[in-house]
Amino acid sequence: MDEDLLRTLTPTVIAVLVRRGADFAAAEDAVQDALVEAVHVWPGDPPRDPKGWLVAVAWRKFLDAARADTSRRHREVRVESEPMPGPGEMADDTLQLYFLCAHPSLTPASAVALTLRAVGGLTTRQIARAYLVPEATMAQRISRAKRSLSSVRFDHPGDVATVLRVLYLVFNEGYSGDVDLAAEAIRLTRQLGARTNHAEVAGLLALMLLHHARRPARTGPDGRLVPLAEQDRGLWDTRLIAEGVDVLQAALTRDRLGEFQAQAAIAALHADARAAKETDWVQIVEWYDELVRLTNSPVARLNRAVALGEADGPRAGLAALAELDPALPRYSAAAAYLHERDGNPATAARLYAEAARSASNLPERDHLTRQAARLNARLRR
Amino acid sequence: MAKYLLLKHYRGAPASVNDVPMEKWAPEEISAHVQYMDDFAARLEATGEFVDSQALSPEGTFVRYDGEGRPPVTDGPFAETKDLIAGWMVIDVESYERALELAGELSAAPGAGGEPIHEWLEVRPFLAAPETITE
Repeated sequence: MDEDLLRTLTPTVIAVLVRRGADFAAAEDAVQDALVEAVHVWPGDPPRDPKGWLVAVAWRKFLDAARADTSRRHREVRVESEPMPGPGEMADDTLQLYFLCAHPSLTPASAVALTLRAVGGLTTRQIARAYLVPEATMAQRISRAKRSLSSVRFDHPGDVATVLRVLYLVFNEGYSGDVDLAAEAIRLTRQLGARTNHAEVAGLLALMLLHHARRPARTGPDGRLVPLAEQDRGLWDTRLIAEGVDVLQAALTRDRLGEFQAQAAIAALHADARAAKETDWVQIVEWYDELVRLTNSPVARLNRAVALGEADGPRAGLAALAELDPALPRYSAAAAYLHERDGNPATAARLYAEAARSASNLPERDHLTRQAARLNARLRR
Repeated sequence: MAKYLLLKHYRGAPASVNDVPMEKWAPEEISAHVQYMDDFAARLEATGEFVDSQALSPEGTFVRYDGEGRPPVTDGPFAETKDLIAGWMVIDVESYERALELAGELSAAPGAGGEPIHEWLEVRPFLAAPETITE
């Protein structure tokens, strides 16, 4: 029994049913039933065309269920009016499923859960564990999402940007429990990239690959955060970096720049430096200029100020920072860093301690507390 | 087995004996402290007494219902006197004595100068569901 094959086929089969007129929840139930039957039948009698087998069985399961339903008549009219799928349209169906799962009517949390369930083929238990919530809670979240989609027709082209946002959310959850969500997000983005010709899909894939390549160096053996400049670059995954750079370059030649490509370009410049000292900060600042132009995001401006501090010296960085709102996340941490480089450890220590108090996660808080402690210890000497 | 909540406080509890804010410690002292906490949790996992442990941000807001059709009133944090919870650990142990013993151990985590911080931990038993048979 090839579980990977089943996981890959599941979204395609759901998509076929939905396009033939089944609502989302009914399609998923029917496919689940078909999978159960596959588990029983396939070991003794393997089908020549697994996808065709699953579609046929799932469709029969759906019809069985639909016939028993009071809305049978209504569904049959709808099914009747849908053209039967041609053999060449399968790939497009999965793409539609991406759009459906990232539908704007869903909250981001629901869209993420549904994407992992329907497109990724993860079990509700796996998703629940990855998000550290009880399985029953996640089951509710998913079925609520499916209900919100039950009246959504399947024939509108979706918005790639929304899908990318959902996939990036999944990626940033990193991993906990038995599912590596970052790896899962990369897998799904690859799949999406194979189905759509959109420069930003490639940009996001490149960005994920480049970040993922550095993950083994991001935390020490004790779970401690290791800042970029101090990371052991020997731990970076050069294969992933090479792939990320290739994907990015192919995307950039298409001259349709978007924020993910700009972010990937910055990540690529970091990945390209053999030592932190060799980082091409001037080019990084230029890419941040692009990013600010594309997004007008205060976070991009904040990061630009730090990069400028590296390219033109801490005073330049502090001057850029002075134009921003001090209430921005990580503002104090950036100011602390620039003040330390400007030779002002007392101010830096105070700002690091302030940043630690408003940190949103434990490794970051500990890291910032350690930075304050390091400077305070130096000041005492 | 019964569950107990061990509460760590930012403020509100009596100050710990070794009361130096963490950013004033030496970096090695912070590492030793974090290591102690991790080892403690790992040991309780091994004995089957660990349930959950979470750290909380110091940001807190008080909210209350303020009548039909009116927005809830939020006020605070009450910076002077508010009891701020820094985090908790939930343990599932045989006896109250065992809960006290473990809380005592947790309070002995090393702080500035490598000396135990002697912080006060609040130990709160969980209320359980009623027994099936009450006779």
